[in-house]
Amino acid sequence: MFRIVIKNALRHVLRSSLTILGIAIAVIAFCLLRTVVTVWYSGIEVSAANRLITRQAVSFIFPLPYAYRDQIGRVDGVEQVSFANWFGGTYIDKKQFFARLAVDHETFFDVYPEFLISPEELQAFKRERNACVVGEDLVKRYGFKIGDIIQIEGDIFPGQWQFVVRGVYKPREPAIDPSNFLFRWDYLDERLRQDSPTRAGYVGWYIVKTKDAAATAQVSQNIDNLFANSRAETKTETERQFQQGFIAAFSAVIDAMNFISFVIIGIIMLVLGNTMIMSSRERTREYAVLKTIGFSGRQLLIMIAGESLLIAALGGLLGLLATFPSITFFQALMPKGFFPVFFIEPITIVLAVTAAILVGVVAAIFPVHRTLRTKIVEGLRFIG
Amino acid sequence: MAGTNGTIISVNKVRKSYYRDTIEIPVLNNISINVPEGEFLALMGPSGSGKTTLLNLIAGIDRPDEGEVVVGGVNIAALSESELSKWRARHVGFVFQFYNLLPVLTAYENVELPLLLTNLSKKEKHEHVEFALKLVGLSDRMYNKPGQLSGGQEQRVAIARAVVTDPTILVADEPTGDLDKVSAAEIMELLDRLNKEYKKTIVMVTHDPRAAEKAHTVRHLEKGELT
Repeated sequence: MFRIVIKNALRHVLRSSLTILGIAIAVIAFCLLRTVVTVWYSGIEVSAANRLITRQAVSFIFPLPYAYRDQIGRVDGVEQVSFANWFGGTYIDKKQFFARLAVDHETFFDVYPEFLISPEELQAFKRERNACVVGEDLVKRYGFKIGDIIQIEGDIFPGQWQFVVRGVYKPREPAIDPSNFLFRWDYLDERLRQDSPTRAGYVGWYIVKTKDAAATAQVSQNIDNLFANSRAETKTETERQFQQGFIAAFSAVIDAMNFISFVIIGIIMLVLGNTMIMSSRERTREYAVLKTIGFSGRQLLIMIAGESLLIAALGGLLGLLATFPSITFFQALMPKGFFPVFFIEPITIVLAVTAAILVGVVAAIFPVHRTLRTKIVEGLRFIG
Repeated sequence: MAGTNGTIISVNKVRKSYYRDTIEIPVLNNISINVPEGEFLALMGPSGSGKTTLLNLIAGIDRPDEGEVVVGGVNIAALSESELSKWRARHVGFVFQFYNLLPVLTAYENVELPLLLTNLSKKEKHEHVEFALKLVGLSDRMYNKPGQLSGGQEQRVAIARAVVTDPTILVADEPTGDLDKVSAAEIMELLDRLNKEYKKTIVMVTHDPRAAEKAHTVRHLEKGELT
């Protein structure tokens, strides 16, 4: 029976090949779109449940006084407070994009345990004021090594800034950004006190680690109450909500990509369905002959659905094999650092395989129904 | 397999109509016929007389509106679709006018098709196929596809496929209708041999008087009635 399925699938080599190619392209497109969507959401997925972000209530772009740090630290339920500041700047040229952050060197790696750094390198980072820690992706991209001097031209904070690499962090899991450039906030603040004193003494946002993940709502409320009616009111939310706030700006695009990824599956279902309908129509007489010989409806179902599944599986397999290089190619086309994390999640592969199987099954429904419904005498009289 | 009095096929008071939209077109009108075991029966008549319909009823690929068709003691009109499929696989061999071989399969694989529905071992299947192809004189063409065979050879492969399971009856619908004179004569010789040497009961529909000469009995159908 399997031999007949294979021979039928290869009966029109060009037609089958084009259908298989179509399915493969659809699988690649599906995986690519799903991966982009996954990457957008990866920040949310790795958010810690017990981390809060406190920012300026009016907008994220306005800073908060450094003096808030101790007050937040005294709020009931708070275990540890850290902070960070967006630095911006240009390394080599504008196309070289990666996040550059001024962070609290004493606490940052405590509240972000998913950034793995050796104790020796952390101590070195803490010892030297203009030290920096780079993600392993930047090491791969630029060949940074311990002791290198990195020069960045400031824009938000004008001037030439020099940093010395004292550590390299590795992400604990693939979804964590491996391309951050982290340096000490006190180095930034020191320069500001000299060059622009009114801008000194501020941080971008606070990262608050709570003792109990279940109490984050109350802790958030308590922090915001603390600074209510002050000159810099705060908005405290979970890290997940904070990340979602960023993504919300692109939600329509992401939703569209999500939708399109499934539309592609629908289209390829119609393509394979059309192929199977044409094939089964051409073979109406053959199926009638098989019924005459004694083949049952179940056996014909296996024959037709088997052919459909075989084509879908070959297309799906080809698509999956081509997906990995396609993802690499796509990432290479993007500006450096545009997607700091870019990987195919196992669920995407599972979805693609499921979709290919589903396409095979659904595409066989109409031909099977038609074949089983056609009476033998009608089938034998059929002229295709 | 034969029923009482050596009758293997018994068609009793069968009526059959087809419908074109809502218009009823009677095809068989109160037909009765008995076929003894080992018979070679030819059904003749003009186009539309109902001979192929009668053949289809005997072969169990169509059902009568009224009456019964008993083959080998089984009223096949009363069988369910799946029972009928199994019954056909076991008891009926078909030969069609246009051979109806699967073009993607070799002669060997085409002949093997009915055996896929049996529990025979691979070796036994191979022996059966080889025997059937030898019987029709095509042992040397078993790995050729239908497109590589002449019409007469294709029809011989179809006959090998029909007999490979050693069915109770052999039905042939215009087996020489698409063949030249020489090939037609060869096919009729083959059917005659199957009837005489292997005692196959054959019911054949034909327009060709030369083909009908090989039959023991010739019955004519005219407007749905046997004459």
